[in-house]
Amino acid sequence: MRNKVGLTMMGLVALLCMSACTSVKEYQKSRLNDADMSLSSRKSQKNELNFQTYREGSAGANGGKTGGGCGCN
Amino acid sequence: MRKICLTVVGLYLMMLSAFSQKSGFPDSVYTPKPLHLEEVNLVSSYYTQEGNHSAVLGGIGNEHVVDLSNGLDLKFVGWDMSHNKHTLSLGVGFDHHTAASAAYVSKTGASKPYGNRFYPSIDWTIENKKGNSFGFGVYYSGEYNYKSFGLELNGSHKFGTNTEVDFKASGFFDKVKLIYPSELIPSSTPATTGVSSYTTASGRTVYTDGRESEEVGIPSSPRTTVTGSVSLVQIINTRIQFSATAELVGQSGYLGLPFHRVYFQDGTVHVENLPNSRIKLPLGFRLNYFAGDHVIFRTYYRYYLDDWGIRSHTAELEVPVKINSFFSVAPFYRYYTQTASTYFGALGTHTAADTYYTSNYALSKLNSQFMGAGIHLAPPKGILNQHFSSLEARFGHYTQSTELYANVLSFAFTFK
Repeated sequence: MRNKVGLTMMGLVALLCMSACTSVKEYQKSRLNDADMSLSSRKSQKNELNFQTYREGSAGANGGKTGGGCGCN
Repeated sequence: MRKICLTVVGLYLMMLSAFSQKSGFPDSVYTPKPLHLEEVNLVSSYYTQEGNHSAVLGGIGNEHVVDLSNGLDLKFVGWDMSHNKHTLSLGVGFDHHTAASAAYVSKTGASKPYGNRFYPSIDWTIENKKGNSFGFGVYYSGEYNYKSFGLELNGSHKFGTNTEVDFKASGFFDKVKLIYPSELIPSSTPATTGVSSYTTASGRTVYTDGRESEEVGIPSSPRTTVTGSVSLVQIINTRIQFSATAELVGQSGYLGLPFHRVYFQDGTVHVENLPNSRIKLPLGFRLNYFAGDHVIFRTYYRYYLDDWGIRSHTAELEVPVKINSFFSVAPFYRYYTQTASTYFGALGTHTAADTYYTSNYALSKLNSQFMGAGIHLAPPKGILNQHFSSLEARFGHYTQSTELYANVLSFAFTFK
């Protein structure tokens, strides 16, 4: 039940975001193109994502790899 | 006065023509540009960890780990006759780690407590004038007891200037070397000779009559991971953009590790046994907001579920504060919580009635917090010299409810 509520909430947030969209021209993207606005992990986070994958039971949907490497220790 | 005006106009035209030489797509006379080295990235990281729930010792024992990793990426860029941009990335990484628990693969603690990992990669991406792209990657990762070979296809399609859909499909084809705890190494006794033998972790075959074979012959078991993912990237306005990613991961093969012990209620010791398939579904959301002129809110949330009984939530907030146009400081905080896998049991809780069992605390009910700060430095004239274009440094402290804690310090250097 909690999972369904969570997924519904996420869907609603995504829909709200999309419905609030305005058309942004290329010359208006100076802030969006800032390096800190990138919608991906930072280069320096690569090894953080690795250790979290091995020390926790879940992984994925964050730009890290979902396979390869043991992380045995 | 006319002279001055003409001079100004002339200077302006000269500047225009000078900049047009640097344009990627001159319209009049277009010549393709061969691949040239555009960027070099070096990422180094130092990781230390302490804990007392080592899976090698069945959920008790020292989890001290030190890991030093270095990765180098070379990025080459060029344009072909059709104005397509080609990006070739060649990467190589090398890790060295020491792990206290690894010594106890042998019951006496005599096993090698350190190891290395080597992982080269190749990525090729082709992007057309509209910004749509297609690419593929080839990966390898090798360490003493684990080899991995991976392939990836990816692409992106832009819908207008504000929406993009990305897709990715990948497959990792791994081999797990079947190194068992020393007291659980299966031995064989052929009827013809009557002499038992077993293979040690270093690959030697030892016979009960005292002979030893130097031949390296530890068998391996396959593990396959197939992933498909779709992402929607959407610009909301001039200050906000978000992405939503759905990933489906299927794994099959040997999904446990052969040197993880499990102690049953009756005191007997066994090798961890987990199902040979696993389906994972992570759903990730990022939303970044540029507030005012100096502060950015980077947010991330992930919901995850799998068919081993794990449900997890991850929430992360990073707030880069721009001290000036080329220097920012970014504190961050991450909270993670998960339910336990159906197959997890602490030391001495599993029974012979259990088909699958593990005492690996990564699969237990837990929550964790990760906090720290990073800096990003990218002066327009470079750092020390014009080729050293940017530096990222980041430190984080990690605590887990299983009494595991870790520190990680990372640096990313970019040269252009």
